[in-house]
Amino acid sequence: MSYTQIAIDAVILALLLDLFALRTQLVGRKIFWTSYLIILVFQLLTNWWLTSRNIVMYNAHEIIGKRLAGAPVEDLLFGFALILSVQSLWVHFGRKARP
Amino acid sequence: MLKWSYMAMLAFTIAGSFWLEIVLKVRVLLRWKRWLKSILPIALLFVLWDAYAISRGHWYFDTKQIVGIYGPFHIPLEEYLFFVIVPIAAIMSFEAVRGVKKHWLAGDE
Repeated sequence: MSYTQIAIDAVILALLLDLFALRTQLVGRKIFWTSYLIILVFQLLTNWWLTSRNIVMYNAHEIIGKRLAGAPVEDLLFGFALILSVQSLWVHFGRKARP
Repeated sequence: MLKWSYMAMLAFTIAGSFWLEIVLKVRVLLRWKRWLKSILPIALLFVLWDAYAISRGHWYFDTKQIVGIYGPFHIPLEEYLFFVIVPIAAIMSFEAVRGVKKHWLAGDE
């Protein structure tokens, strides 16, 4: 599987976790999207650092080739899946035990 | 100095988020059981993804710009730290928004 395919699968899995498995429904909440946008700014800055200096490099055959702030657009899917799944678990484990 | 290039990005992420712990008192680090449970399963999956991607050459690292310590699956130490530091920063950001917008529900009230 290419980076593109795995990244799309990761986003789907994260959405399934948030919407159905844990039912945290973060993608319907302003608190999630606001924090995601803040994190996205930092992701673009750090992606630019890592790619413009060639600290991390990508195989051109494994990505569609569109880039944002130096990094493959697939990185946005990677970051979204990572953040949504972690925040969903964080909210899940913060729920009070219901009587 | 060059070998700290990737580590500098991790230090930047810590600098950009961990101040929330003190200034906005998001109290994420103190709730260590909760963040450990939230991060470990996801970090494990991303490490497996990283291992596959590195083994297939999807991405690779400039060996002059990493410290040169490797963990399981020949994954650089920086990558392991990434999968802990970035999720903690993400949780701190989430809690910071909650701290400022107290009427926005997160689902765990």
